[in-house]
Amino acid sequence: MQDGKVVQDKKISIKIKGIRDGLLISLGEGDWSIVQAELLRQIEERSAFFQGARVALDVQNHILHAADMGILRDKLSDCGVSLWAVLSDSPTTERTSQMMGLATRISKPKPERVIRSQSQSTSLSGDNAMLVKRTLRSGFKVSSEGHVVVIGDVNPGAEISAGGNVVIWGRLRGSVHAGANGDLKAVICALEMSPKQLRIGEKIGNLPLKPDKKKQVVPEIAMIQGGKIIFQEWKQRERGK
Amino acid sequence: MTATIITITSGKGGVGKTTTTANVAIALAEQGDKVVCIDGDIGLRNLDVVMGLENRIVYDLVDVIEGRCRLRQAMIRDKRMNDLHLIPAAQTRDKSSVTPSDMVRLCDQLRDEFDWVLIDSPAGIERGFRNSIAPADMVLVVTNPEVSAVRDADRIIGLVEAEEKGPAKLLINRLNMDLVRRGDMLTAEDVVELLAIELVGIVPEDESVVVSTNRGQPVVMEAETKAGKAFRNVALRLKGQEVPYIDLDEKKGFFQNLSNMLRSGGD
Repeated sequence: MQDGKVVQDKKISIKIKGIRDGLLISLGEGDWSIVQAELLRQIEERSAFFQGARVALDVQNHILHAADMGILRDKLSDCGVSLWAVLSDSPTTERTSQMMGLATRISKPKPERVIRSQSQSTSLSGDNAMLVKRTLRSGFKVSSEGHVVVIGDVNPGAEISAGGNVVIWGRLRGSVHAGANGDLKAVICALEMSPKQLRIGEKIGNLPLKPDKKKQVVPEIAMIQGGKIIFQEWKQRERGK
Repeated sequence: MTATIITITSGKGGVGKTTTTANVAIALAEQGDKVVCIDGDIGLRNLDVVMGLENRIVYDLVDVIEGRCRLRQAMIRDKRMNDLHLIPAAQTRDKSSVTPSDMVRLCDQLRDEFDWVLIDSPAGIERGFRNSIAPADMVLVVTNPEVSAVRDADRIIGLVEAEEKGPAKLLINRLNMDLVRRGDMLTAEDVVELLAIELVGIVPEDESVVVSTNRGQPVVMEAETKAGKAFRNVALRLKGQEVPYIDLDEKKGFFQNLSNMLRSGGD
């Protein structure tokens, strides 16, 4: 049986290519423990090459829970490899990587074109949005090329970066960057707007330094008007605009 | 007997993890439970000093893991208590001497013999923290009512959830009622509202903690201190008892009188 496994090892495909943000390693099918062992073997074999590398891992259909991914990340870091993103077709794996603060998408190989096509389009309707149904605690980061919707609080120290709009059904106390690819029409809405930092496109919002505790909390929307980020109470806004 | 393994952690240093570990351990032992504490801060050990057991260390955690002694030999029994033990950290090694699976194996050996295993985690989110939470059944996050400590606690709670060890429980340490009343300190409610996890205790700022820590005689052993009483309440809550919190508003006058008395009296 041991021999059989060894033969199988050879067939596992592990593709490595260089991308803008480091290395992208694509893992083939097969039993996870074998795939992982093979990956680590290859890294150890060429340890000089991998030392200090930033790696994005494409695990395809493998379903990874926090324990598996934690082990892998620790083992990689023992080899001097830092894991920053895990791409997968499995929603479970995606959720795990989000929970561990790893990216689940790598930016497009030609970001220039993305920026231009996004700033030219007048309507973002019909775009996909990413739904995050949990509280984002300090140190967690959500990045998406599209819109981001959070059901839960965004705590101080958490970051959201979205190509489109950001809607937070909860308290916003962390940092948000909407229209990260240069879309100045992007807006940011939150039930309680007390962010540490707010950016739309390349504009940085001027925030009230000491929010008045007595003030009644109302939902607010932030957008660019006259070249500045302004805040409006949601109830004052006309519907439909 | 199956022990509950509790890891005491915080992210930020100096918020009172070691003090909490020592005091809660003693309070649990006072209740007649069998307790063992493990110092997870390899290379910067403290728990032995706070518990006053420094002079009795022969073997340590790394000796057990590397097979230089049996587990029993590294356990120092606290003679003041019926059933309280300490497994000290090695001072001459570092965090990489131990792996998360070593900790799981070690704690599994302790499970049958004890009611509680308390692990004092080092500050930070690196290897030492990961070693300490690996075997945990429950994670107790200690924080101070300060913005930076709460921020780190929030990060830790997120990491604990990601490791599927959550939801963590919260202990607020060193709450200074004078500062809270003047509006210069976060209130316990502010902290709980942000962190949104179950609270198991609020320990007021108390000078006697410093005094007793330096003496190696944890404050919980001194019956009349406020902090000692708060730590005893934490132990009772961990045992599943409903212990009401001291109503801080109602105690306003009491606290003020007390602090006035102390100020005009001693020093």
